[in-house]
Amino acid sequence: MTQVAAPGVMTAPEPGSGTAPPDGLVRLGPDSAPARRRRFSFALRLVIPVAVFLLWWFLTGTHVIPATALSTPRATWDSFTYLYNRQDLVGDVGVSVRRAALGLALGAGVGTALGIIVGLYRLGEELLDAPMQMLRMVPYPALIFLFIIWFGVGETGKVLFIGLATLFPMYLNTSNGVRNVDRRVVEAARSFGLQGRRLVRQVVVPLAMPSILTGLRFAAGISVIALVFTESIGANQGIGYLVAQANSLDQIPVLVVCVIIYAILGIAADLLVRLLERYAMPWRRHSAVR
Amino acid sequence: MSVQTTTTPAAVALAVGKAFDGRSVLEGLDVTVARGEFVALLGASGSGKTTLLRILAGIEAPTTGEVLVPEVRTVVYQEPRLVASMRVWRNVVIGLPNASATRALAVDALREVGLDDHADAWPGTLSGGEAQRVALARALVRQPKLLLLDEPFAALDALTRLRMQDLVAHLCARHRPGVLLVTHDVEEAVVLADRVLVLREGRISVDLPVDLPRPRRIGGPAFDALRDRFLGELGVHREAATSSD
Repeated sequence: MTQVAAPGVMTAPEPGSGTAPPDGLVRLGPDSAPARRRRFSFALRLVIPVAVFLLWWFLTGTHVIPATALSTPRATWDSFTYLYNRQDLVGDVGVSVRRAALGLALGAGVGTALGIIVGLYRLGEELLDAPMQMLRMVPYPALIFLFIIWFGVGETGKVLFIGLATLFPMYLNTSNGVRNVDRRVVEAARSFGLQGRRLVRQVVVPLAMPSILTGLRFAAGISVIALVFTESIGANQGIGYLVAQANSLDQIPVLVVCVIIYAILGIAADLLVRLLERYAMPWRRHSAVR
Repeated sequence: MSVQTTTTPAAVALAVGKAFDGRSVLEGLDVTVARGEFVALLGASGSGKTTLLRILAGIEAPTTGEVLVPEVRTVVYQEPRLVASMRVWRNVVIGLPNASATRALAVDALREVGLDDHADAWPGTLSGGEAQRVALARALVRQPKLLLLDEPFAALDALTRLRMQDLVAHLCARHRPGVLLVTHDVEEAVVLADRVLVLREGRISVDLPVDLPRPRRIGGPAFDALRDRFLGELGVHREAATSSD
């Protein structure tokens, strides 16, 4: 608590602040803000979701929005318990999560490897960068029918489809991150004898990690989007299949349940990557601004 | 010109020339650093002194001529250049063969620069002076025959700089590597070096031994005379410098 006094005006010392500072000086004490913010942090994160829920409740309860457009929280909950008890909702979510996770692992793995090669080696960039930029611009939903023709409606095609969709954000961010690693540090490491795979593993990849994890966050989001596409066509299990079913039968509450499940999957993926960030970049814990 | 012809050299530059895009920076330079000798290389900004150091380090190739340098040679750069993602002790032993890159070795080296209690810190948590001391430990831990110092004190505050100069003088006297210190600080050169070279227009224009007793302090008639001589060579004239005070 600091007080800035106007020139010539005496301010009464606050209780517990000790002696008054000499004329023209202000006392700057330890900052009490961080501790207070942390306590409210979790609550603040919930403010908007709770407000949206209340708004939803209010608008559907008063029929401002008709039930044919958006189901009430009550009807949605009933639909959820029905799906949970009478149908295999847990199994559907499990199948979907598995597809997204496998596809993401595939796409992120290949994307990271290609990004490192292109970021590091001139030859890699000359060979790979232009084709990757061309492929990147093809909207991946357009490829879904080709994938069904090539790989059928089984799991392989779905995982490959999600892998392709997640490849590009991973590739772009990784190659960019590797390219932007501080060249002076790499030069110093080289002059101390570090080279080849050790240089990549110990210096280049860790220093590019912020970009790589940004790519992973994008890719995690896209894996869920690609999941919706691939499950809407030629699937008989999974959340996307539920959506397609509900859509054809005009079951609004089931659609809303699925949307909420997607949102939860999205935040779960994001939390996972954040956790990974803490684990993979321990040196940033102390020096990061927040 | 060199008087060290009888002793084994730690580094030799023979008729070294370097041009960047046709612009000549170094022209037929001959420099010898004897074993255990501390040589300071003075020069104005852009005179090519860092280029010579980088050639001796093997980071850059000369356009003409050649250098003879020991296998084990290390550099302390103007900035610490630590790898942010490695703890301090791993930075110290970076690039050493895995078998010898031990924590114990790193801690020993850190003890010499007074930072053994920071072995597990992240570089990002160190002050500028501490980081530069880690860089010094990283350079000394492999017992170089040639230690290349590229304005290692330039980015430090004045007080830290004085302490670092004392530390470097102490450690070099103890380990006796051949040292080439690149600097534009004339007093620093005279305080630390056995011999001072001035690089001017791509050539060594002055090569003078510093015969002052150690430990040295800034000041005194002999010190001032040498300093003025080097300053004059760099185009700064003492009379002009004092009258502006």
